[in-house]
Amino acid sequence: MTATVRTYLRRLLPQLIALAVIVIAISMVFPGFLSLQIQNGRLYGSLIDILNRGAPVVLLAIGMTVVIATKGIDLSVGAVMAICGAVAASLITSGHSLAETLLATLVVGILCGVWNGLLVAILDIQPIIATLVLMVAGRGIAQLVTEGAILTFNHPGLIFIGSGSFAGLPMPVVIWLIFGVLVALLVRQTALGMLIEAIGVNRQASTLSGVLTPVLLIAAYVLSGLCAAIAGIIAAADIRGADANNAGLWLELDAILAVVVGGTSLLGGRFSIAASVLGAIIIQAINTGILLSGFPPEFNLIIKAAIIVFILVLQSPRFRTAFTFVRLPRATGKPTEREAK
Amino acid sequence: MNFRKALASATILAACMVGSASAADLVVGFSQIGSESGWRAAETTLTKQQAEQRGVDLKFADAQQKQENQIKAIRSFIAQGVNAILLAPVVATGWDEVLQEAKDAEIPVILLDRTVDASDDLYLTAVTSDLVHEGNVAGKWLVDTVAGKDCNVVELQGTTGSSPAIDRKKGFEEALAGHDNLKIIRSQTGDFTRTKGKEVMESFLKAENGGKNICALYAHNDDMAVGAIQAIKEAGLKPGTDILVVSIDAVPDIFQAMAAGEANATVELTPNMAGPAFDALDAYLKDGKEPSKWIQTESKLYTQADDPMKVYEEKKGLGY
Repeated sequence: MTATVRTYLRRLLPQLIALAVIVIAISMVFPGFLSLQIQNGRLYGSLIDILNRGAPVVLLAIGMTVVIATKGIDLSVGAVMAICGAVAASLITSGHSLAETLLATLVVGILCGVWNGLLVAILDIQPIIATLVLMVAGRGIAQLVTEGAILTFNHPGLIFIGSGSFAGLPMPVVIWLIFGVLVALLVRQTALGMLIEAIGVNRQASTLSGVLTPVLLIAAYVLSGLCAAIAGIIAAADIRGADANNAGLWLELDAILAVVVGGTSLLGGRFSIAASVLGAIIIQAINTGILLSGFPPEFNLIIKAAIIVFILVLQSPRFRTAFTFVRLPRATGKPTEREAK
Repeated sequence: MNFRKALASATILAACMVGSASAADLVVGFSQIGSESGWRAAETTLTKQQAEQRGVDLKFADAQQKQENQIKAIRSFIAQGVNAILLAPVVATGWDEVLQEAKDAEIPVILLDRTVDASDDLYLTAVTSDLVHEGNVAGKWLVDTVAGKDCNVVELQGTTGSSPAIDRKKGFEEALAGHDNLKIIRSQTGDFTRTKGKEVMESFLKAENGGKNICALYAHNDDMAVGAIQAIKEAGLKPGTDILVVSIDAVPDIFQAMAAGEANATVELTPNMAGPAFDALDAYLKDGKEPSKWIQTESKLYTQADDPMKVYEEKKGLGY
């Protein structure tokens, strides 16, 4: 058991270090950063804001990780968010119950995933092109649903999903925590994760060894669609309206970035959902830190890019090799961890 | 030729009819950018309404955010021999050639809501709002409302580098100049969206002692203000009372917030650009009166005293 925990920690170490460095840096610039209080029966503070504001990208990153592990990519998630937000808002305003609305919205997300999955798995279209179709068309579909306007709603149940709280935590955080743990258990406590990795490493070989490749591929895109649907509901509930033009705009890129910062290779194969979630939180920590720091907005993107380049350099194979050489002489005194095991 | 005929018919009609009906029998082409925002949709709705009221036959072309579509639409309007063209240009450059073609065909072109980088003898007039003035009106309202008391202002800017963001910031700062009791303590971009408006306001509240240091919020558009209002409420403060909220655009939702006492004032960016355009066109076709090259629309200030629910009902159906 301790061995698995240790390998797990070692896998997440670069992300944890990056997050710690960022959190320390922000709290030096802005001392009140780490303070937490209870307000209106829920935790209140910048750290909670990061977890809360990061919810859409965390959810997208969970789905994106599995898709990327199959050597695919899903560019449509931002647009699917917009579609699902629009569907949820229009159903709730036309008088449907909360349960019906949520169910129908999730089904729409799943259908979007099935569409992407069919294009990739059955028609064998390259994932970047296949999902580009829905990325382009999706926002148009969302605008058709909302008729171009921001569709606002006042249903307390739906609003609760965006700004309510449970056990002191904002609802979006509760949702992504539960959903993330469920997906991680599903892929890691069964052979599913390994089969997905097998597809990513060599799709033909896995098909020949009896893996149901098309079914698993479609399932990966369906999961991504489902994640986007949940993210879309949260984003719409947060502002009490569906903004077809801006909901989820460019978030597919943030989700891909989260997966990359989490250390999963875009070439498919080994993946870690926890690392991607950490990656998404790192990105959101940077965003929130920039907002708190009080720099003029012209610097936002430059600061963000500089930090991300730094993290990626830390993870690059060349740098790791160099780092190993630096460390080697010190390791001669006592056995390294690997030898000790 | 066509143009003279139109001029003649307009004059004859004007002789036997009165008022705005003089525009009857006019055929006007309208090349709209697309429908990228609620405001744009409202502008389209109002332009069609205005044309109908005046008996103008409006030929509408949606360019889907592409200049080439607009150029195509203008060429087809010229080929159809319309009496005038309304153009909401998607970008500022690259219009010289097609505007010259319209000029050669003696069809007056009126620019709506945005201007172009072309010689101003290529178009009749441009009907736009003054973005700097809008910021100025919002700033003046705040100066008058706080009446000399100390007030820390936080600002939600539009998309960094966009002209509304630059000009609305400039106008607001001009209005505040010389009033040392008002200080802009934080200014960040909210990208004109509700989501970002809410997120940035949350960080402002955290950074300024839970919002206790903030006395007023100035947002470059209403959508960001609507998002920020929710953030203020979630932080346990009363928007409109604890933190004054002033923004620009006058979209329907801000009037709901004003009716609920959660927003204080908004400056209207009127979607009725076509009304003044048709007026100028009428005068030009009837009397040959050249309008000035720039017609500025009114930047009207609405406050809680202006019966916000009534304005909301009026604006609701416009497609915002």
